[in-house]
Amino acid sequence: MVQPSSSISPPQNNSCRLRVEDLRFLVNGPYTFVLKEGECLGLSGQSGVGKTQMLRAITDLIPHSGKILLDGVPSTSFPAPLWRSRVTMVPAESFWWYDIVGDHFSTEFDTEFLKEKLAAVGFDKDVLNWQISRLSTGEKQRLALIRGVCNTPSVLLLDEPCSSLDGYHTTLTESFIFQYLRHHNTSVLWVSHDPEQLQRVAARELCLEKTGLVEKTV
Amino acid sequence: MDVIALSAWDLGIAAALVCVLSLLSLFLSLGLEWKILIFSCRMTAQLLFIGIVLRFLFASGSLPIVLLMATVMLFAAGREVLARQNLRLKGITGYAIGTGAMFVSSFSVSLIALLVIIGVDPWYTPQYAIPLLGMLLGNTMTGVSLALDRLTDQFYKERGGVEQRLLLGQTWQEASSDIRKECMRTGMIPIINSMAAAGLVSLPGMMTGQILGGTPPMEAVKYQILIIFLIAAGTGFGVISAIWMSGHYLFDNRHRLCLERLSGSRIRKR
Repeated sequence: MVQPSSSISPPQNNSCRLRVEDLRFLVNGPYTFVLKEGECLGLSGQSGVGKTQMLRAITDLIPHSGKILLDGVPSTSFPAPLWRSRVTMVPAESFWWYDIVGDHFSTEFDTEFLKEKLAAVGFDKDVLNWQISRLSTGEKQRLALIRGVCNTPSVLLLDEPCSSLDGYHTTLTESFIFQYLRHHNTSVLWVSHDPEQLQRVAARELCLEKTGLVEKTV
Repeated sequence: MDVIALSAWDLGIAAALVCVLSLLSLFLSLGLEWKILIFSCRMTAQLLFIGIVLRFLFASGSLPIVLLMATVMLFAAGREVLARQNLRLKGITGYAIGTGAMFVSSFSVSLIALLVIIGVDPWYTPQYAIPLLGMLLGNTMTGVSLALDRLTDQFYKERGGVEQRLLLGQTWQEASSDIRKECMRTGMIPIINSMAAAGLVSLPGMMTGQILGGTPPMEAVKYQILIIFLIAAGTGFGVISAIWMSGHYLFDNRHRLCLERLSGSRIRKR
């Protein structure tokens, strides 16, 4: 296991992956920021200020105005489902609609790759046959993260990915995300209420306010 | 054989039975005595009125008047579908979806029956067209309202799961497929069940009426079989098109679930 440390820095390639320009939704905005390739950007802000809604707007699940570009291509020129599998949000509360865990994972997917990812967040390979009703909230949260990365998105929007996890599994999950990001050069926007966690995982941190973003110096 | 005409006395004796039931309700303090009397009177008035309307209709037999009657029946059914939903699709679209689905299925099936199967001349002969359309509309209405009520309820309750599926990159068709299939089944189950029970448990009303009216049993049975086939097909088509249209209405072109297009008491209460 590799411990995430302050040494997390964007890999060699520093080009812009996700560009958000004048994003407005509900009564919020405008927000403008850039997420670099392979970067982990922290997002904090008061409860209820609209962090989750911002992620929902970026993944195009709620109406919004402004421009969002992935590698220079605007979101509107992607079909919405394709956009969401390139810019994937993993919500804090996960939902499951079949009885068995494995049914929620696409069958086209490489099972070895999947099992390796599951093992990295502390599951044995049998987990795909488990009943959903048997899972704890924390187990669901970790499984939802793996389900989210199955499409190998370019950008991951994580909404409090460790909110239901104990200390041990938080460490495990943080290092999984860290390794995944390094390996696939994925960019991550990480929402958290825990300032210490953001200091551990994020190279930069933005603080969300109703009418704009404030860059925090780490 | 001719039908024995009923006199006012005959109906009066049957009405007396209902009055006895009302008295019984009073003694047992069921609180239904006034309801029984009021709704008996209402039913009597409604049916006498429709009797007059039908007599006029049959006497005139002109196409515009038959079409007018059919339109009135359709809009009444559309209103009824909306009234039976806990959570409604908002605005004129909500009304149009239920009504449109019934229009497409009931009217097309009735036309096929009149033109091709029964082959009555002219095809709009009200003695055939109006009862046929009435039976089709009544059953389609039940199916469509059951299915739509279930659909709006499910989307409201399962919105977390549906949105989760959208977040994973599924199209709205994929994300809602389980719910839509379940609702189509819900809408079609009653007619399938009534096919299973027909003749064994219940003697269908239309057939019973024809036999009472002096039609030979085998002729009545053949008509009843025809009607049940038509009802099953009409209900099925109606339910499928209503669910299909509401699916399009509840998602926008960016595959977002638009629950603000629902209105109803339950949303406000929570």
